[in-house]
Amino acid sequence: MTQPAITTHALTRRFGDFIATNAITFEVAQGEIFGFLGANGAGKTTAMRMLCGLLKPSSGEARVAGFDIYTQTEKIKQRIGYMSQKFSLYEDLTVKENIRFYGGIYGLSHRQIREKTGALLGKLDMEKEANMLVSALPLGWKQKLSFSIAVIHDPSIVFLDEPTGGVDPITRRQFWDLIYESADKGVTIFVTTHYMDEAEYCNRISIMVDGKIRALDTPSALKQQFGAATMNDVFLQLARAKS
Amino acid sequence: MRTIFFILQKEFLQIFRNKSMLPIIFVVPVVQLLVLAFAANYEIRNLSIDIVDHDGGNWSQQLKGKLLSSGYFQLYAQTGDNAAFEDLETNKADLILTIPPHFERDLVRDGEAKVQLLVNAINGSKAGLAAGYAQSIIGDFNRRIRLDWLALDEDDAPSHFDMSFRYWFNPRLNYKHFMVPGILVVLVTLIGAFLSGMNIVKEKEIGTIEQLNVTPIRKHHFIIGKLLPFWIIALFELAFGLVVGKLVFNLPFEGSIGWVFLFAAVYLVVMLGLGLLISTFTETQQQSMFVTWFFLIICILMSGLFTPIESMPEWAQRITQFNPVAYFVKVMRMVMLKGSGWEDIRMDLGIMVVFAVGLNAVAIWNYRKTV
Repeated sequence: MTQPAITTHALTRRFGDFIATNAITFEVAQGEIFGFLGANGAGKTTAMRMLCGLLKPSSGEARVAGFDIYTQTEKIKQRIGYMSQKFSLYEDLTVKENIRFYGGIYGLSHRQIREKTGALLGKLDMEKEANMLVSALPLGWKQKLSFSIAVIHDPSIVFLDEPTGGVDPITRRQFWDLIYESADKGVTIFVTTHYMDEAEYCNRISIMVDGKIRALDTPSALKQQFGAATMNDVFLQLARAKS
Repeated sequence: MRTIFFILQKEFLQIFRNKSMLPIIFVVPVVQLLVLAFAANYEIRNLSIDIVDHDGGNWSQQLKGKLLSSGYFQLYAQTGDNAAFEDLETNKADLILTIPPHFERDLVRDGEAKVQLLVNAINGSKAGLAAGYAQSIIGDFNRRIRLDWLALDEDDAPSHFDMSFRYWFNPRLNYKHFMVPGILVVLVTLIGAFLSGMNIVKEKEIGTIEQLNVTPIRKHHFIIGKLLPFWIIALFELAFGLVVGKLVFNLPFEGSIGWVFLFAAVYLVVMLGLGLLISTFTETQQQSMFVTWFFLIICILMSGLFTPIESMPEWAQRITQFNPVAYFVKVMRMVMLKGSGWEDIRMDLGIMVVFAVGLNAVAIWNYRKTV
């Protein structure tokens, strides 16, 4: 059995009196697609930022790819990919230039960058758009490009923060194909989403309410546990229970 | 090292793809140099004067003629007292010369007469100059009368000194030669402090900074990659400005231009550090612009560019010791007009190095890869 990709123990983050993430404990296995669900403001993004080394935890422990999130953040950063809610490619650079830049700062050689660029453009069917400014692309394409660039350095874990917000269903489906493809190669996927159909695509999901993890299991086990027909019902039961 | 290369490549692509950037680099300096150098001129000519002549005699005519032919004064009106006061109040006249009745009679009979000079002192330095010019012309007139009447040669007149002036370092008192080096300092300062700070904050504004912060990019790689382009552009700008200054104003290059660039290279590190520091505690380009503006306007106004530091009150003079802009203005003028060299500028350069190290240390310490 290989070691888990992510482990957390009582991971907590306070902002003044407000506890954004309250003692969450979970494990994510390697190669797993782990859905991280919760209402807006439930603490998902805070948790994810701590795991990525963007935010220092207040207390608790966590290891990502085997490294400690307090002391080894730079080592973690070498091994993870990250795609935030905000679109984070440079709109005033072309598709190719964005790929080259991110490849470059992850330490890929010029040859690797050339090969990756070719493969990536082929896979996304974007050869014709290679020299177009990113600002000219439709949103769905941007998101797929964003994801492909987030995994350009072959990370072992990818964090996706609401990657498909505002994207049409067909493109969302294509986006998930990309995710599956990466997961098949052994990449661990840690994804937050508000779309319950996407939750069904995950191997396991956790649902956060008010900074705490209230449910964690496979989608089918959760539906059984809550006696619900769909993930949507499970989510509503938990979210309503709070109020 | 390779990381820095990739950041630089990206920065230059973005800078030159930005449509407002090329005009900023090439048009702004030319316009600023031309407009400011011609407009910021302290030589005062063509002061408008009202003359109230209650005498109307031969001598008062001569006095008027002498004043108006000096080139400093232009007759606005020759009127009565009240009209002249009104002109002064409505800013139509800068000063009034009143020649009293019996001016000539008193002069001839008593050997003594009085004239009155009223100066509009809203602009203090202009008023001072106007009074000064008028006094020296009237004084000269006075001396000539005495010589005439005493029928003496000018040379064996009552013993007196003859003063002779020579203006060193700017023999023709060409104001532009004094201003242009200073204006170049302002230009370089704007690029250094404004553009660099705004560029970093822009990454925060569009959210890409978060993406960069989850990459293994090193803090100092990022900072060097962000600041170096503006260091290069600002030095280029300085060279460009000097060429324009030479072509348009025939700017003297008394000292070695190498010292100017050496000093500018260090000075720019100070200004880039300021931009970086401001970018660490602002969130939007607008905020960063206002904060930078706040600091720069003080630094520029207190730099000795427009008003001499020596005439500031002592507390202000002490503050200028911490003003990097003041050092650069001073060194620019020293090297360009006086031909100063290493011995003369090394103290200032040393102080600039201290500023550069200090400010950047604070800025880098304050820069965080976490949110």
